[in-house]
Amino acid sequence: METTVADLKRGQKGIIKEFTEDLLPIKLLELGCLPGNEVELVQVAPLKDPIYINVNGSHIAIRREMALHIALDIIEDNAVV
Amino acid sequence: MSKQINVALIGNPNTGKTSVFNQLTGLNQKVGNYPGITVEKKEGICKLPRGVKAHILDLPGTYSLNTTSLDESVAVELLLNKNDKDHPDVAIVVSDVENLKRNLLLFTQIKDLKIPTILVINMADRMSRKGITIDIELLEKKLNSKIALVSTRKETGIERLRELIADYKNLSKTQNVDTSVIAPEYFASLKEAFPKEDVYKLWLVITQDVNFMPLEKTLIKDTSSFTTKSKSELKRLQQKETILRYQFINGILKETYKVDANAAKGFRATLDKVLTHKVFGYVIFFLILLTIFQAIYGWSEYPMDLIDGFFASATEWVKDTLPPGVFTNLIAEGILAGIGGIVIFIPQIAFLFLFIALLEETGYMSRVVFLMDRIMRPFGLSGKSVVPLISGTACAIPAVMATRTIENWKERLITILVTPFTTCSARLPVYLIIIALVIPEGSFLGLSYKALTLMSLYLMGFGAAILSAVILNKILKIKSKSFFVVEMPNYKLPLLKNVGYTVLEKTKSFVFGAGKIILAISIILWFLGSNGFSDEFKNAETIVTNRVQENGFSASSEIYFETHQNGTTADEGSGALARKELEDRALAQEIAGYKLEHSYMGYMGKAIEPIVRPLGYDWKIGIAVLTSFAAREVFVGTLATIYSVGNDEEETIKNRMAAEVNTRTNKPLFNLASGVSLLLFYAFAMQCMSTLAVVKKETNSWKWPAGQLVFMSLFAYIVALIAYQLLK
Repeated sequence: METTVADLKRGQKGIIKEFTEDLLPIKLLELGCLPGNEVELVQVAPLKDPIYINVNGSHIAIRREMALHIALDIIEDNAVV
Repeated sequence: MSKQINVALIGNPNTGKTSVFNQLTGLNQKVGNYPGITVEKKEGICKLPRGVKAHILDLPGTYSLNTTSLDESVAVELLLNKNDKDHPDVAIVVSDVENLKRNLLLFTQIKDLKIPTILVINMADRMSRKGITIDIELLEKKLNSKIALVSTRKETGIERLRELIADYKNLSKTQNVDTSVIAPEYFASLKEAFPKEDVYKLWLVITQDVNFMPLEKTLIKDTSSFTTKSKSELKRLQQKETILRYQFINGILKETYKVDANAAKGFRATLDKVLTHKVFGYVIFFLILLTIFQAIYGWSEYPMDLIDGFFASATEWVKDTLPPGVFTNLIAEGILAGIGGIVIFIPQIAFLFLFIALLEETGYMSRVVFLMDRIMRPFGLSGKSVVPLISGTACAIPAVMATRTIENWKERLITILVTPFTTCSARLPVYLIIIALVIPEGSFLGLSYKALTLMSLYLMGFGAAILSAVILNKILKIKSKSFFVVEMPNYKLPLLKNVGYTVLEKTKSFVFGAGKIILAISIILWFLGSNGFSDEFKNAETIVTNRVQENGFSASSEIYFETHQNGTTADEGSGALARKELEDRALAQEIAGYKLEHSYMGYMGKAIEPIVRPLGYDWKIGIAVLTSFAAREVFVGTLATIYSVGNDEEETIKNRMAAEVNTRTNKPLFNLASGVSLLLFYAFAMQCMSTLAVVKKETNSWKWPAGQLVFMSLFAYIVALIAYQLLK
């Protein structure tokens, strides 16, 4: 199983590797969610979904199903417990 | 006089584009729709130096020229179509200083269309606080463009922007990025097939998600010299294009844009932690909702009473001043009543939009969407449906208008269709009078039965909305991608000017949009209620006068006398005079009631009596239900006319209704069974032509409002029928 944005814990950061699904909305990319960019999990909604991330300076909320398609490498393990 | 300069204002959402527009045009603006679609078109006139004027078009907010919604495609179409009368001589891209990197993506795309482009870097006042420095001169050189550093809050930089617009002929038209490097062969074949066109423009036309410009689409399909690529191949190329552009932008910003990381963060993170907290987040949201309710119910009561009073006296004045006749009646009872019925909603609509605008301006609304999305999803709704559903408890009209923020068409349509189930304030007068009549005294756990009934009616409204959303989600076969990317903008203090403009604009759009239809229908209702073909109608005065002389006043008039004499007998001397006046009024009321009974409307009521009898109603209630389709609150007024009591005397109406006997069963007409049946009917039926008009406007089709009317009314009928037959 590949690590994706959906696996991040609050405060954890990662570098986006690739998209495992071709038809992700282009809007996501335009907001800066691109391979090579850093992504940080800012907040998770009370029912675990959607999630609130900071990628490339853009603060956006996406649903978990979409986060599952964004593969990444975790770089910093400073999750807030 | 030289020709006006056409200016298109374009930019990402949340960049303060609207503030720039407001600063440029002042009150010189108008809002309409693009022909045939419901996308809002905002335009205005801006005075430039040296007596030149510019026509400014505020295009819908977009993150790029890769469109995914109708709103965005409007922007792209305008930029591509040189023949459009609004095709810009110059484009202004508004960006936000904190998100400059992302905003430049759109900028480079527009630049590549070879349109003279000015970059506005807005919110300059935040730079020092956020530790941002920009080398404007170098950035201008790198982008080959002119830049205006603007703060709409501090009102700086707008003069420079005006200068730049006036001087648009000297702006460079060179491209920034050569897109063809992402697929050189493909672009070469494009160029070969369409030597006359610009390849970047062709590329944009090919990759649009939303079908637009049918002419150009076919133009591209019909050629044999090159083959188009599959959808996923194109998607991949679009991704490559985006990456290419970001490389270009990152390279430039590295040299020109510095941010001191220590100055940033802090405030936003703390506020987010509280506002999206799993407990406090909901508590705060709930408290905000309570405030909004209080405003809509409590505070708007005063202006509404004033408006009501004003139209009542205006009607009196017209009747007293103009010579009696059909024309005077048309003005007083058709037109004035119709306009009054529109104006009365203005306070509630204005208050609601005031709050929505405030929540949106501060950035809080995105947090609500974030909190609620998962909860709404099983019902086929989105986090963005929350605001319309809540607004619906005030009035479905602004609520339906507020669905515009939902990008997913299916989720938006479902929200529009179910919102009218929520208990709007127009149902309240009907509920109150019927509950007072039929629900017994007594209490359960310290709450009176009457209060409990009112509360369950509200809950049932929400329940019906959610339930029908589930059903619609199952049966509506609309293909739409699960598309949920919500930007969480930084928190800002709202600009009061912007909030004011929004409130003004939405209110205007209601008054002139839905207002026309409300007015038309109320004139029709007036005509049906004040005209008749039978002899009884024509000779109503003589018939009723004779009847009163022979048999005395009717039972309802006797009640009228009783309730009023108590008040006047204290003043012994004028007792006889008062009695005479009361009798005159009672006679007039009886004539009006008799006329209504024999008008077209009266015959319609009698015609539908067989349909409403199983619900426990007679023809009089039938008429009231019919007229309620103009607006629900008309119910009480119509019954007042039918029962021949003065319009404004609620106690009298209630007593009169309590005394009414069902001729078939010899029991009171308004009993528990028929009362509950009426309550349920009003809870579920689609009795609001204004809402139907707005739904038509928002969905651009009569199909959806017609479906609402049929489904909701049928559902209401069945529920009311079951309730009456069980309780009878």
